[in-house]
Amino acid sequence: MTDKGISGVRMTMKRLTNFAGVAAMTALAATPALAQEPITFDKGDIAWMSVSTILVLLMTLPGLALFYGGLVRSKNMLSVLTQVFSIVAIVAVIWIVYGYSLAFSDGGALNLYVGGLSKMFLAGMDLNTPAATFSNGVYIPEYLFVMFQMTFACITPALIVGAFAERVKFSALIVFVVLWVTLIYFPMAHMVWWWGGPDYFAAQATALAAATAAGDTAAAEAAQAALSANGLLFNWGALDFAGGTVVHINAGIAGLVGCLVIGKRVGYGKESMPPHSLVMTMIGGALLWVGWFGFNAGSNLEANAVSVLAMLNTFTATAGAAVAWLLAEWAMKGKPSLLGLVTGAVAGLVAVTPASGWGGPVGCMFLGIVAGVVCLIFCTTVKNAFGYDDSLDVFGVHCIAGIIGAIGTGILVNPGLGGAGIPDYISQPGSLIVADYVFGTAVWAQVKAVIFTLLFSGIGSFIIFKIVDIVIGLRPSVDTEREGLDLAEHGERAYTV
Amino acid sequence: MKLIIAVIKPFKLEEVREALTTIGVQGLMVSEVKGYGRQSGHTEIYRGAEYVVNFVPKIKLELVVPDAMVDKVVEALASTAKTGKIGDGKVFVLNVEQALRVRTGETGDDAL
Repeated sequence: MTDKGISGVRMTMKRLTNFAGVAAMTALAATPALAQEPITFDKGDIAWMSVSTILVLLMTLPGLALFYGGLVRSKNMLSVLTQVFSIVAIVAVIWIVYGYSLAFSDGGALNLYVGGLSKMFLAGMDLNTPAATFSNGVYIPEYLFVMFQMTFACITPALIVGAFAERVKFSALIVFVVLWVTLIYFPMAHMVWWWGGPDYFAAQATALAAATAAGDTAAAEAAQAALSANGLLFNWGALDFAGGTVVHINAGIAGLVGCLVIGKRVGYGKESMPPHSLVMTMIGGALLWVGWFGFNAGSNLEANAVSVLAMLNTFTATAGAAVAWLLAEWAMKGKPSLLGLVTGAVAGLVAVTPASGWGGPVGCMFLGIVAGVVCLIFCTTVKNAFGYDDSLDVFGVHCIAGIIGAIGTGILVNPGLGGAGIPDYISQPGSLIVADYVFGTAVWAQVKAVIFTLLFSGIGSFIIFKIVDIVIGLRPSVDTEREGLDLAEHGERAYTV
Repeated sequence: MKLIIAVIKPFKLEEVREALTTIGVQGLMVSEVKGYGRQSGHTEIYRGAEYVVNFVPKIKLELVVPDAMVDKVVEALASTAKTGKIGDGKVFVLNVEQALRVRTGETGDDAL
């Protein structure tokens, strides 16, 4: 019995070490259990993460708002800006009340899937509370981690609104967003990013080794349980540096479901619905690129060489995707378009998000090129073939590039391809080493994470959309839609002569 | 007096204005309009969506000149607004019954 128990522990330990030394970065939080020495924060880390937090807010306000706003007709410009701005404000409030706690605290019996309520209203936190990074012995203030992650929670539901822009009732949208972040986003963030941190892993791995050597089954099992007390996808070994699954696939599939539930715009396919200002779209798209450096390089949680790598990858992949889309569209449609160039850049940014800290700069450039071409085909040929009205191509850009990036991460992390390698915090407790790369294991973990996200978010979003549709009604009247949401819903006009 | 209405390609406006000024035209009304003639529309592509734009942007000129100047003005318009490609525009000449300069009360050719 005792022997069996120990060998069971060893096997599990091996499993964790192999695929997971683990993974999913951007995240972490759990308070470190080391009481030995007082934790001091590095001023450079705090400065970088503060700037990153502001950069991610810049992506949404005004970046995403203008990127989307320019693409709609002028009669709906303010509705899009209002939706994006209000989503940021509302989710920020929810984040402080219970969102952070559901995403980044221990969930007890449900810990694999969602956090608990122990950190509601940021309970138990003060200026000195540390949050773990991805380096042993390096911490940032948890307040900073709360803020940084808050900006991610704010942008994700804002991405969704592009799929059904120009035809959603504001009140219904707000109710949807509150339910969606609560039931889909916070659990997703927890499942991918919740773990104990490098020092916690080191302490538990050391305890496990000691207990196993001493034949203390109970202690070994306790340590093993502590090492496994992470989010579900984290335990699968899925790599997601900055939120390919949590943010982009999640929002992209929710957008597709939303545009199918709500239906096409009045006159879709018959009337012309050209973007009212590609100038705004270019400004917004450019701000997205700038802000994305905070999103990706900031997801390293500290200022070191890995954040530099993530920044470089965010340049190479984005440039590759923009050029790829431009040239492919030029060849297919006869003209190189500004909208294509900007959309290609966004596809590249999405694709490199999960890979930014894992892949090499050249690998990520190719990742961007692939994403640029494939997303172009999805936004043109595939969308037209199926006839769904994803107004601003949330699915075609965010979900598709998200999937390409997620699976590409499993390939590009290979040190043989210039990647950083799969991290292992357990084999040599206290130091980060690179685990052996096994193609099948690495890619399969990514595929599983993609499929899980598509199903969890797709089905969950469908149920929420249906409930809101029945209770409130998602769609404004045809007359309202014809008049434009700006005047009908908000009593304002974007442009007056 | 004649009212001359000319619809031209937007990028020709400055060239046309210079030509008219040279031959002594002293006033000009300009508006941005949309419309179509034989040129019909053109196609715009935004990602996957292709739209046929029926109404093409044009510039409409309106000027009132003494009868003696009409031929020169029409000739200037015809030569400067012309590119030889479809969509160059049209010129219309209409009779004007009366004109009045508000400030001085002058009427007829004197008011122009």
